[in-house]
Amino acid sequence: MSGRDAATPTWLGLIPGVVLAALFLVPFGIMLAVSVALRDPSGSGFYTWGFELQSYARVFTFFVGRILFVSMTIAAGAAVISVALALPFTVILAQMSRRAQTVILVILLSVLSLSEVIIGFSVSTLLSQTAGVGNLLALLRITEQPRAYTPSLFALMTGLCYLTFPYSVLVLYPPVARLDPELVEASRTMGASPLRTFFGVTVPLLRAPILGALILVFVFALGSYLLPQVLGRPEHWTLSVHITDQAVYQSNLPFAAAMAVVLLLAALALVGLALLVARERRAA
Amino acid sequence: MHDLSLRGLTKRFGSVAAVDDLTLDIPGGKFICLLGPSGCGKTTLLRLVAGLEEPTAGRILVGGQDQTDTPTHRRNFGMVFQSLALFPHLSVGDNVAYPLAIRGTPRAQRRARAEELLALVQLPGMADRRVHQLSGGQRQRVAIARGLAIDPRLFLLDEPLSALDANLREHMQIELRQLQTRLGVTTVVVTHDQKEALTMADVVIVMDQGRVQQMGAPMEVYRNPANAFVAGFIGTSNLLPGRLLDTSTLDISGQRLALGPGDRVKCPPGPAILSVRPEDVRFGPDGLPAHVTFIRDLGESVQIILDHAGQEVTALFSPRERPEVAIGHAVTLTFAPGGCVVLAP
Ligand SMILES: Nc1ncnc2c1ncn2[C@@H]1O[C@H](COP(=O)(O)OP(=O)(O)OP(=O)(O)O)[C@@H](O)[C@H]1O
Ligand SMILES: [Mg+2]
Repeated sequence: MSGRDAATPTWLGLIPGVVLAALFLVPFGIMLAVSVALRDPSGSGFYTWGFELQSYARVFTFFVGRILFVSMTIAAGAAVISVALALPFTVILAQMSRRAQTVILVILLSVLSLSEVIIGFSVSTLLSQTAGVGNLLALLRITEQPRAYTPSLFALMTGLCYLTFPYSVLVLYPPVARLDPELVEASRTMGASPLRTFFGVTVPLLRAPILGALILVFVFALGSYLLPQVLGRPEHWTLSVHITDQAVYQSNLPFAAAMAVVLLLAALALVGLALLVARERRAA
Repeated sequence: MHDLSLRGLTKRFGSVAAVDDLTLDIPGGKFICLLGPSGCGKTTLLRLVAGLEEPTAGRILVGGQDQTDTPTHRRNFGMVFQSLALFPHLSVGDNVAYPLAIRGTPRAQRRARAEELLALVQLPGMADRRVHQLSGGQRQRVAIARGLAIDPRLFLLDEPLSALDANLREHMQIELRQLQTRLGVTTVVVTHDQKEALTMADVVIVMDQGRVQQMGAPMEVYRNPANAFVAGFIGTSNLLPGRLLDTSTLDISGQRLALGPGDRVKCPPGPAILSVRPEDVRFGPDGLPAHVTFIRDLGESVQIILDHAGQEVTALFSPRERPEVAIGHAVTLTFAPGGCVVLAP
């Protein structure tokens, strides 16, 4: 036996497995059980244990399918915009002095402490007719009349990007800071302009962290249920909103659970696909 | 073939002058070694020439054209970094062809040129390998091939061989020199290995503290150092403090030493330093008294360490002419004609 085994008790190695089971597998199992439970029509309890695929049948309707598609598109869009903004930001940040970097990172961390509720209502106020940028634009005579920019897809994306931007930066910062500056300089000496170098060297070298940030923001945005309600129109409501609606207001827990299971599997499938494509391209 | 001229080039980092008011003319087509101790400003000078660092003052001219305000990517130089800076996300061929891709060369042409360059650095058929599949020496060659891809006006290399083991390093020194002779590109190589500089260079530039101490042909710098720093830095020198009495008489710890016609005096009478190479130290009937403290047989040569009035003196003999001495023996030291250089202290 190696010395390491003697030093660390074997059961310590089980901790990740136990944590994963307690925090993920058990809740997922319960959700799975609820999703096939029988809905109690009497209204006294929400459901009784049993097995029927009624709820799944409802999930696989055109209506829910469309919501799932909208959710994924919005989440993917938010991920692309958020990371597209965060990448140049992080690259420039990493070139600043140590002091400036610390200050900016601390500010970003403090943004993380804002809850979805605060961000949602702030953006909503900012884009409203009475108090928002509409007034400013009218004042500057860019527009004729002050108008509201919320609820809209634009408002929703603004909120989601604001919420996820710090996460994108924090995921990208360590690899960007570790990036060998000589690679960038080498590209410059070989005739590439700074912009060419960014797309030809910096972005390809950061492919793995960029993909990681995209997945993180995507999953994050997919789970957001408050921002779509506050900032989006009903057609922008994501599956998470509908799940909340079914679970909390319609008391239809089996249907909510079935939608949650499908959402989870769809998200996993998409993330898996992204990783697979990334690996394929690296091998090529 | 473009010559490189620096006019009062200065780079300050805060209060440190990494490069201090440098004025130089480097002839085109030559192989130049920039030599100096760690921190003397070699890398900074190379980066200034490449445009990666902005000079505090001074101008940089290449082939008579002022390049000081030209951005790096428009200078058309080739550069090999100490870390090599090969792109890990590209194949060997794509690394070499990167400068051509930037210039919009069609794919087939790029490919052909990459193959040609790889053959030039003796890596034929390696284009499809990944960078991490190569050995250190092979990576070195890829970086050199990449630096030469556009027929650069200047080829700049920062300690390109420092990561290699001694054997491979000597081999690459010869290869690099042969490659440069064939292509005729003006080449500046930074090194802090003086042997490497003497092996490869047409012209050696010795730097210290941001300033040029001496510039000249390797043997010229070796035989005729301009000052005590160069004498001590290039090769091994015995540096003996003394007094210059007149232009041909030296006083070393009370002993008179007459200088011959081939010896060089580079300072006015007064305190001076005598610089003598170990191979110019001989034993003779009269001269400086000394005694043997150590004998080191190196196979190809014999090194005898002596003590003269508390000063260590090293003498080098070929095994054939090894004198019959042992540790503790008293001898008198003479110096081969033309082997003495008297420098300002
Ligand atoms: N970016 C920088 N900021 C501040 N000081 C610097 C910077 N780059 C170099 N220096 C300083 O300038 C001086 C010259 O450095 P440089 O890297 O040119 O030395 P070098 O001759 O290449 O040394 P080495 O042989 O160790 O590579 C050093 O004193 C170094 O500390
Ligand atoms: Mg250096």
